[in-house]
Amino acid sequence: MRMLTPSIPSPARRHSPWRSYWLETKYELRRVLRTPSFVLPSLLFPNLFYLLFGVVLNRGNGDATRYLFATYGVFAVMGIGLFAFGVTVALERERGLLAYKRALPMPPGAYLAAKVATAMIFATLVSVLLATVAATLGHVALAPWQWAALLAVNVLGVVPFCALGLLVGLLIGAQGAPAVVNLLYLPMSFLSGLWLPLSMLPALFGTLAPAWPSYHLAQIALRVIGMPGDGGSPFAHAALLAGFAAVCWLLARRRLARA
Amino acid sequence: MQCGHAGPRGVRGACAPWLPIRVAERRWQAYAVAAGASPDECHGQRMIAWTDVRAADGPRWDTFPPDVFRMSNPGTPQAVLRGARKRYGKVVALDGVDLALHAGQVLTLLGANGAGKSTAIALLLGLLRADDGEVELFGQAPQVLAARRRIGVMLQSAGIADQAVVGELLDLTRSYYPRPRSVADCIALAGLDGLLGRRYGRLSGGQQRRVQFALAICGDPELLFLDEPTTGLDIEARTGVWRAIRELVARGCGVLLTTHYLEEAEALADRVVVLSRGRVAAAGSMHEIRAHVAQRRIRCLSALDAAVVAAWPGVRDARRDEARLEILTDRAEDAVRRLLAEDAALSELEVQRAGLSEAFLDLTRDSTDDPRREAA
Repeated sequence: MRMLTPSIPSPARRHSPWRSYWLETKYELRRVLRTPSFVLPSLLFPNLFYLLFGVVLNRGNGDATRYLFATYGVFAVMGIGLFAFGVTVALERERGLLAYKRALPMPPGAYLAAKVATAMIFATLVSVLLATVAATLGHVALAPWQWAALLAVNVLGVVPFCALGLLVGLLIGAQGAPAVVNLLYLPMSFLSGLWLPLSMLPALFGTLAPAWPSYHLAQIALRVIGMPGDGGSPFAHAALLAGFAAVCWLLARRRLARA
Repeated sequence: MQCGHAGPRGVRGACAPWLPIRVAERRWQAYAVAAGASPDECHGQRMIAWTDVRAADGPRWDTFPPDVFRMSNPGTPQAVLRGARKRYGKVVALDGVDLALHAGQVLTLLGANGAGKSTAIALLLGLLRADDGEVELFGQAPQVLAARRRIGVMLQSAGIADQAVVGELLDLTRSYYPRPRSVADCIALAGLDGLLGRRYGRLSGGQQRRVQFALAICGDPELLFLDEPTTGLDIEARTGVWRAIRELVARGCGVLLTTHYLEEAEALADRVVVLSRGRVAAAGSMHEIRAHVAQRRIRCLSALDAAVVAAWPGVRDARRDEARLEILTDRAEDAVRRLLAEDAALSELEVQRAGLSEAFLDLTRDSTDDPRREAA
């Protein structure tokens, strides 16, 4: 340790809180990329599942390959939202990071904004991978706007699941969060028709399906690739998802303030 | 000669120019310019080492930093608790605590676990809201971002992710502040040489603590909250942190310190507040707190019978350790006078005032055993 020199502030750069948002996101993304236990499952599992169930086992059935391309995209972003948020936020809250960040002059919301942005970047990555598999091995043919729209649906669709994951993580705590998130993730995927079309399941499942947020996202995705789904308006599904995200966020916010 | 920016510290828009620190800054600036640094060189970030300023001859500056930093009450406090109360359910964590932090002073909070130290800090940082009483940070609620931009924080656990790289943490935390300290200064002050590229989770406990210290000072704060800053540090690193704290304080930074190491409080603190069961059991200068314990320890080589000495008035205890006689007394002068009178062969006489640890134990014992003596 040497003698301190008086640091004369540089007049050149003005302080901007946006830089904190940017850096928070950049370093959060790097942190996640250094965590193989999150990166590998969240990027590879949906692709492997799709390759197996959508492409290999449905060889020759173009409709099934196309249907599952849309629904496995939903399955993938759902996992990213739930695990990136539900588990990480709960863990970081219990380790005291949230309290530390609140004591620091971090711009409000930078922490959560960085987490959402990171989840969206991962949603983009997994969607592009899935689209590559679908276009090459699955021979799925779509118009350019359909590829783009599906990507947008997936990237925006990660948000309601971030909100749900946040709420679960804050309610359950880091110890139980992974188990509860899995308990939500896998049954909800099945019940929303992400693995099998609901028409192939007993009627009860179809009746219950509108209760799951993943069902609504899947319906939007299916409309984009030209499948009728349940025939409801995609905007109604989107509105429901937005409402669901808002409710989760409001419930989570009160707990977050006490972190 | 007018230079566009301040000297040793950043210009604080909200900082009143009449505060001693600002006056001293302007003097420093004028001095630096007079000493040969042209304003252009200032803008070109020419660094003038503190030692250069001190070594240069000049009527006023040979005692730099000026004594104004050490005044017992330099104007408006930076942070205040007034009659603060906080309870968790039925447990009262703070029961009407008053606290004032001043620029250029180290205030040490002492107290057993659960005495309310962490709650007091959480209130001042805006992590908790007081049930009753006032909490102010630079005259504002601590939840206000502008107030917190003037503080640096080191909590007991930062919960920083293991995968984060030290340089990234520093970069990010510096971005929260309008005028951060240069990375080179952070490294120098916290002793982070060679750690910038390392992952946080792969550092030793002591290195992690040093990173947290660097993050606390990286914003060039006016007020530092250090919650047990040297826990887990080896002696060399600890004295390094002490030196850094002293330098910052000499430049006008206020510090709130909690510690379990009493020698740390003795080495750093200007003022001490002892908390016990959510109340202020004692407050004052280090000297005043020590004076709470009138006891002094006398050691000497003497043939006098310990049992006889123990019966002298004012003597609390006397015992023999081989040739050495050890006496605990409230009236050391009387005891010494009588010792010398009764044993002409007495040698190696030594009188010690009780340290902070004795004072501290005594104060907290009083308040737990007998609440009526708290005010004493």
